[in-house]
Parts: sequence; C-alpha cells; structure tokens
Amino acid sequence: MKPSLEVKIHNLVLKNPVMTASGTFGYGPEFEDFFDPSTLGGIFVKGTTGKLRQGNPYPRMAETPMGMLNAVGLQNKGVDGFINDIYPRIKHYHTNLIVNVSGSTIEEYIEVAEKINSLDHVPAIELNISCPNVKEGGMAFGTSCPSAAAVTRAVREVYQKTLIVKLSPNVTSIAEIAQAVEGEGADAVSVINTLLGMAINAETRRPVLSTVTGGLSGPAIKPVALRMVWQTANAIKIPVIGLGGIMTASDAIEFILAGATAVQVGTANFIDPAVCPKIIEGIEDYLIRHGIDNIKSLISGLNIN
Amino acid sequence: MRKFIHDFHVVENRDLNPGHFVLTLKPDVELTPIFPGQFTEVRVDGSANTFLRRPLSIHDVDYKANTVTLLVQKKGDGTNRLASMKYGETVNLVYPLGNCFHIGSSGERALLVGGGCGVAPLLYLGKVLAKSGIHVTTLMGARTEEYIMEAELYKRYGELLITTEDGKAGTKGYVIHHEIWRERNFSFDRVYTCGPDPMMKAVARLAARHHVPCEVSLEQTMACGVGACLCCVVETNEGNKCTCTDGPVFDPNNLINWL
Repeated sequence: MKPSLEVKIHNLVLKNPVMTASGTFGYGPEFEDFFDPSTLGGIFVKGTTGKLRQGNPYPRMAETPMGMLNAVGLQNKGVDGFINDIYPRIKHYHTNLIVNVSGSTIEEYIEVAEKINSLDHVPAIELNISCPNVKEGGMAFGTSCPSAAAVTRAVREVYQKTLIVKLSPNVTSIAEIAQAVEGEGADAVSVINTLLGMAINAETRRPVLSTVTGGLSGPAIKPVALRMVWQTANAIKIPVIGLGGIMTASDAIEFILAGATAVQVGTANFIDPAVCPKIIEGIEDYLIRHGIDNIKSLISGLNIN
Repeated sequence: MRKFIHDFHVVENRDLNPGHFVLTLKPDVELTPIFPGQFTEVRVDGSANTFLRRPLSIHDVDYKANTVTLLVQKKGDGTNRLASMKYGETVNLVYPLGNCFHIGSSGERALLVGGGCGVAPLLYLGKVLAKSGIHVTTLMGARTEEYIMEAELYKRYGELLITTEDGKAGTKGYVIHHEIWRERNFSFDRVYTCGPDPMMKAVARLAARHHVPCEVSLEQTMACGVGACLCCVVETNEGNKCTCTDGPVFDPNNLINWL
C-alpha cells in the first residue's frame, strides 16, 4: 500500500509536505515546462507588496560555496498587479496557493492582507517579516519580539484564513520570536528566511552586491536551518514549515524529523527546475523503505537518545 | 517554446586558444528547435565551488548530427571544469532559454559584430540568416591574432572582417574603428552585436547614427534562467526586465543609458 504523504497546516490540507519557497518559483507558470505545479503540496508565490516595486539595482546575486546571496529587494507587480495579472493565470492549480505578504509599514501589510483575503483560491498568506534586502520594514519587524508581535496582531485582525509567519534567522533566539507570533494568533511559522551575508571582490576591492549585504540561501545554510526548526518546534504548538537549503528528499526528511510538518524547497529550483517531484517521490520511497504508512508519524521523530 | 532538461554527451572538446574552448554536445533524444541568440543553463558537476548552473550561448546547432555547440571562455572554476571534460562525459542542460534575434527578410544585408567571447552566438545567427537569403557580414574583434576564433566557420556564411588591438591581423583597434562604419562603406539594413557592454553600447550608437535597427545580446549574472529569481535584471523603459526571459536579446532603444 502506498504511504500517506498528506499533512495539515492549520486548515490547509497538503497532498504532500513539499512546497516551493517564495521568490524561487515565480508564480508557477515559469516551471510548467518541467512539471505540473499541481503536484506540489503548495506554492508560496513571490513576495507581494502594496505598490509595484522595482527592487534593488543590479548586481543582485553572488554565488557562494554551496549557496548564493541575493539582494533582489522584493521586485514585484504590487498586490493589484498580482490580483489582476497573475492570479487569473494560476488560480486553477490544484494546490495551495499561498501569497507571501511583504511591507514597509504595518499599514502596508494590512492593505495587502485584506486584498488577498478576498481571493477564493488563496487559502493562506505567509507574512514576510524577515526580508533582509529592503531598507524599511521587512526584517526589521522580524528581529524583535514586540515588533513581530505587533505586525502579526494587526494582520490577524483583518485576515481570517490561515496565517503563516516567515521568521528571520538573524536573531538571538528564534524560539522567542516564534512564541511571540504564536501568542498573537499565527497559525504556523516558516523557518527560516535567508541569513544576512556579504561577498567581496578582492581584485576590485568592492562589494559584489549593489546593496553590499544580501540573503544567503542554499545547502550552505541547511545546518543552521535544521537547528532553528528543531528549536522552534520545541518551543511552540503551532506547525513549523521548514526551509533552508533543501536539495533532496533526505534533506526534507531531516527537517521533518527535526519538527517540521512540511517543507519548502527554494534555491534548489534554480539548480534543477524539476527537483520538487523528485523530492516528493524520494519521500515516498523513504517511507516505504522504512515501513512507515503515514508521514505524520515522522514529524519530530528525531531520536536523541 | 517548451524548455527541456536533458543529459548531453561530450562529442568533442576543442581548445581554441588559452582562454577559450568549444564543446560539442549530443543528447540521447532528438534536439528541440533552437533559435539564434538563445542560451542554455549548464550544470557543472565535479567542481566543489560551482553551485549554480552556467548560462552559456548556443554557438551552433546541427540538427542532422543532433548536436549543439558551445563556445566558452574559461572564467573560473565552473568553466575550467567544463574545459576539462572528455569525450563521452555527461553534462546536464536546461534549454533552449531566452528570446532570440529577429531574422529580417530575404535580400537584406546584416552586420554581425562580436567582441571576444561575444562572437559565440553570431555563428548560428549567421548560419540562419544566410539560409534565409540574408547577406551576412561578420565583424570580429579580438585581442590578438591568437584570439581570432573559428574564422573559417564564420566565412561559410558570408564575409568576415577582423580587428585586433595590435593590428597584426585585420584592422588595428576595436570593432568600432573598422572602416566598415564609414558613411560610404556602410550599406547594412540591420546590426546584431554581442560582446562586452562598452563595445555593444558603442556599436548600438553607431547603428543609431546610420539609422538602422540594432539588437544587442546581454550577459548578466544569473541564477535560475527561467524568470523566477529576478537576479539578472536590466533597466529598461518599462522597468526592470529579466535578461533570461525578456532577453538576452534587447533593442538598445529600450535600455536605460545605452544610446
């Protein structure tokens, strides 16, 4: 018998625990040549702000050992652009469409959340309080308990569906931030966003990125992400969605063992645009190989002793 | 146009000079149609410091032999690993990516201007143009005689003009110094160019001065190649555009600070 890969994040039923991370999968159509996005557990679409944003100047990316830095800076068409131009093209997907909601002010988060709330085929939002690449807002909200709590509380008041908060790893205690947003009614947390880093060109003695610093992603951050998922899952009752450098099914299983209910695949989509179906298949193979009939029994299954 | 992820086998790996090599690759399946100016994202296995795929121009396509050819500059660990690939080794490609050069109508005269490794996409372009009945002139700028690459192949599709910085071969100077740009010599309907940005900007300005359309093929630091990561942007009159999906071929009139 085939094992069950189905998991639940609050009210969301995921056919499998594999979703794509915001900013790494576009809106879905970009990958339709490689596989059917409806096979995913969910799609976190690109960070969406109140107004259209051009993002940061080029260069925005630097390759690093086993990873990359980006400083895209939330380039997007704005919430109205998403609703009018993009949503009609993706709302037919048979998967959970989750909009990553970003902003510079609490008012902007509220505006975007309210508008997304009216979309029938978007059952959840991911509150991005952890973008390291914007001057105002973004990570500033996610690096202290009072501000993380304040923005979560404000959005919770206007948004009735599943509210996920994406946490920053650039903090002393991610567990405390997770507890703060849980206390304000968050339904789940995504752990982690990118780690703040930088790259220098020794020859020119200049920074590689136009913004000097950027967000590090890829396998380079996986051990940090795993540790933070484990610490967070031990500190809160709401589900944790794990991400950070997942390239293979084994990586995904490790996050689930550490306490994640589901995972997001990000940078790996750039290396292999068809990686997600392979990860889903690999998870199923793992369950069969270990005689496990339901993936839920694997969550927080880390055997410390 | 549908994109594919295929494994290709190395059919030939040929050094052109100390800095460049040509890789001929063959997939097990039939090649999908590829248009001049398009590129591929090549996964580099066996290089510890190479994480992302390498975006590389399609240099030539041979449907009969079912091969694609890449002309590559050795720039770092990734391209050096590709340079060491042996016959029969496997390399994974995502292709064909990006838009393509516009092909004019039969009887037109086209000037193809390439600098350094930027000549790479112009061979396949010349081939397709010539097949469409367009008169092809290729202007190739090389550092020295040693860096003139595959001159005989370019000559198959039309006239080949050369500039070198020391003047030991062809005209002395950069491509923009060639006499073909003089008013009395210039008789082209369209200009295509690929190479370093300053060269392409100068070429685009010369084309504008001659009142002919010009297309430039850009190279930007890139991750995904499919329009998802938004890293390879270029500033245009319509805001930031992705080099990988809106380009790599652009009309310089639409690029900010180009003309």
